[in-house]
Amino acid sequence: MSDVLVFAEHLQGNFTDSTFELLGKGRELAAATGDHLVAALLGNGVDDMVHQLGAADKVVAVEHDQLAEFNPEAHTLALKAVVQAVNPAIILIPYTSMGMDLASALSADLDIPLASYVADVRVEDGKLVTVSQMYGGKVNVESEIAGNQKIVSVLAGAFPADAGKKEGSPAVEKLDPPAELSNLRVSFKQLIEPEGGDVDITQQDVLVSIGRGIQSEENIPMVEELAQKLGGAVSASRPIIDNKWLPKSRQVGKSGLKVKPKLYLALGISGAPEHIEGMKDAELIIAINSDPNAPIFEYAHYGVVGDLFDIVPVLKEKLG
Amino acid sequence: MNIIVPLRQVPDLVEDLEIDASGKDLDREWLKYKINEFDDHALEEALLLKEDVGGTVTAMALDGDDVDKLLFTAAAKGADKLIKVTGDFPQPLSSHAIARALASAIQGMDYQLILIGVQAVDELDGQVGVLLAHYLGVPHVSVVTGVQVTNGKAVVHKEYAGGVMGEFEVTLPAVLGIQAARQTPRYAPVSRVRMAMRKSTIEEVSASDTAAGGTPEIRKLFKPEKGAGAQMLDGSPEEVAEKIVSILKEKGIV
Ligand SMILES: Cc1cc2nc3c(=O)[nH]c(=O)nc-3n(C[C@H](O)[C@H](O)[C@H](O)COP(=O)(O)OP(=O)(O)OC[C@H]3O[C@@H](n4cnc5c(N)ncnc54)[C@H](O)[C@@H]3O)c2cc1C
Ligand SMILES: Nc1ncnc2c1ncn2[C@@H]1O[C@H](COP(=O)(O)O)[C@@H](O)[C@H]1O
Repeated sequence: MSDVLVFAEHLQGNFTDSTFELLGKGRELAAATGDHLVAALLGNGVDDMVHQLGAADKVVAVEHDQLAEFNPEAHTLALKAVVQAVNPAIILIPYTSMGMDLASALSADLDIPLASYVADVRVEDGKLVTVSQMYGGKVNVESEIAGNQKIVSVLAGAFPADAGKKEGSPAVEKLDPPAELSNLRVSFKQLIEPEGGDVDITQQDVLVSIGRGIQSEENIPMVEELAQKLGGAVSASRPIIDNKWLPKSRQVGKSGLKVKPKLYLALGISGAPEHIEGMKDAELIIAINSDPNAPIFEYAHYGVVGDLFDIVPVLKEKLG
Repeated sequence: MNIIVPLRQVPDLVEDLEIDASGKDLDREWLKYKINEFDDHALEEALLLKEDVGGTVTAMALDGDDVDKLLFTAAAKGADKLIKVTGDFPQPLSSHAIARALASAIQGMDYQLILIGVQAVDELDGQVGVLLAHYLGVPHVSVVTGVQVTNGKAVVHKEYAGGVMGEFEVTLPAVLGIQAARQTPRYAPVSRVRMAMRKSTIEEVSASDTAAGGTPEIRKLFKPEKGAGAQMLDGSPEEVAEKIVSILKEKGIV
């Protein structure tokens, strides 16, 4: 067997974009080798979800109480059962919070080599070649994975989701849940919704977004004023939130919010893959960063190599 | 409660990163290293837990450049024990090999928690924490931001996208991949690090497992294409600001 298996990730009843991104890519990889695309669907009561996985030839599902919500231990056990039943050549898992718990666990348990942080994957002369991002997006690495089976853990947003969004009625095969599911060491308690913030950054036309380059909390009023002049709000990268300089509701990125404003003005943000994930679809991205090699410049439409403290005051003045 | 915190030095990303002659690694001669940001958070959370419930914090690192300083800095912040894991490690060192080496050193130690950085910026085959948990046969949760220990169990928060979190109860011992501590990691002044160098000792433990495998073979490193992205705006702050304003006007934003 040399099928391609995609882990169909879902949260709160909805498949994540990553699922469709991987199905689209999986379709392409399966076509290259003339094999099937199989989706692994883990949950409890999944029948109503299957029609969204029309891009797959087949869905292999495991249902159990313990799979109703994501659980690192339960999902690893169930996904392992799917891998053993399908025996795929390529296993695609998103490099998301859930995928980060699954990909390495499968790799260790089943002794399958793993490429993480993957931005591109292709079959070349019968070999599986991946391109991963490293060093916060400053360096890429091309590598090849040997062996009959490989796990590829793919960055969110690496491929278009549309290619994998297809209604359909793929055949569904249900596996017996592994017996160990009744004896877990990790138990799910509850989902915690984020607290609503004072502003909803996903609804703003203009975001002035700050990163570690802002240096201290005292400098935030300066950017608040700039945002006001532009009719927008201030958002931020993760370190600003972890320092508690701004509330979590202002965080853009992988574990924050996805934003798509008309203008995203990035000040002192390096452009790590986890940040890019949240803002790369903004209509206009302008970045100011003192490091000419900052990865943010690959995604920005306009870039300025310079000190934000030199430029922001002048910009504010010019905006009147 | 005994907590182990594995620590890693990573290149400082604000520096210029150059690729070496082999094309397969960074030119490490002039690289500046610093503690992996998330490891600093893992250490902070461990120290806070120790303050909450008592016990010890052991900082542990694989032998390598700059590792003694890394461990002494951890002692200056409050780590009780320092362990350097030695061995003939396969190069390039992969996450799988690191996890096997750490697991072989930890096997048999008395611990309840391993708090580990959720990820390092320089690895291409996954996460050491999750691999380590599986080699040790203990449960794991990664992308964790809050840890509480009660009645021999840890209650943790795992972050998903959009600020949604899952709450889990985990039996100990366990490995937790720490994303952020509940407070900004403490800072150790140089004088305290110097004192730690005089007063603390680093225990060496040799790794019994130094196998490679599990990782892809690197063909080449390359820098992302320059200019594929932004059109650069040059000039004095005055000129740059003017250019930005005219772009914003053109797009109808102001
Ligand atoms: C599981 C996981 C989830 C994550 N989720 C997110 C997320 O949702 N959002 C997020 O942002 N990150 C997230 N991260 C963290 C991410 O990996 C990076 O660490 C983070 O984005 C870096 O933030 P930064 O760019 O502000 O800081 P840095 O990377 O430290 O960059 C600061 C930048 O400021 C520049 N600078 C410094 N001084 C000046 C100045 N005076 N003028 C102009 N420029 C200056 C520097 O050149 C540098 O490029 C996540 C990480 C993990 C592991
Ligand atoms: N050489 C090492 N010594 C000790 N801990 C390490 C080492 N390499 C990685 N780690 C730990 O594993 C975590 C995850 O790394 P990675 O899997 O490379 O993303 C790091 O944040 C460290 O806490």
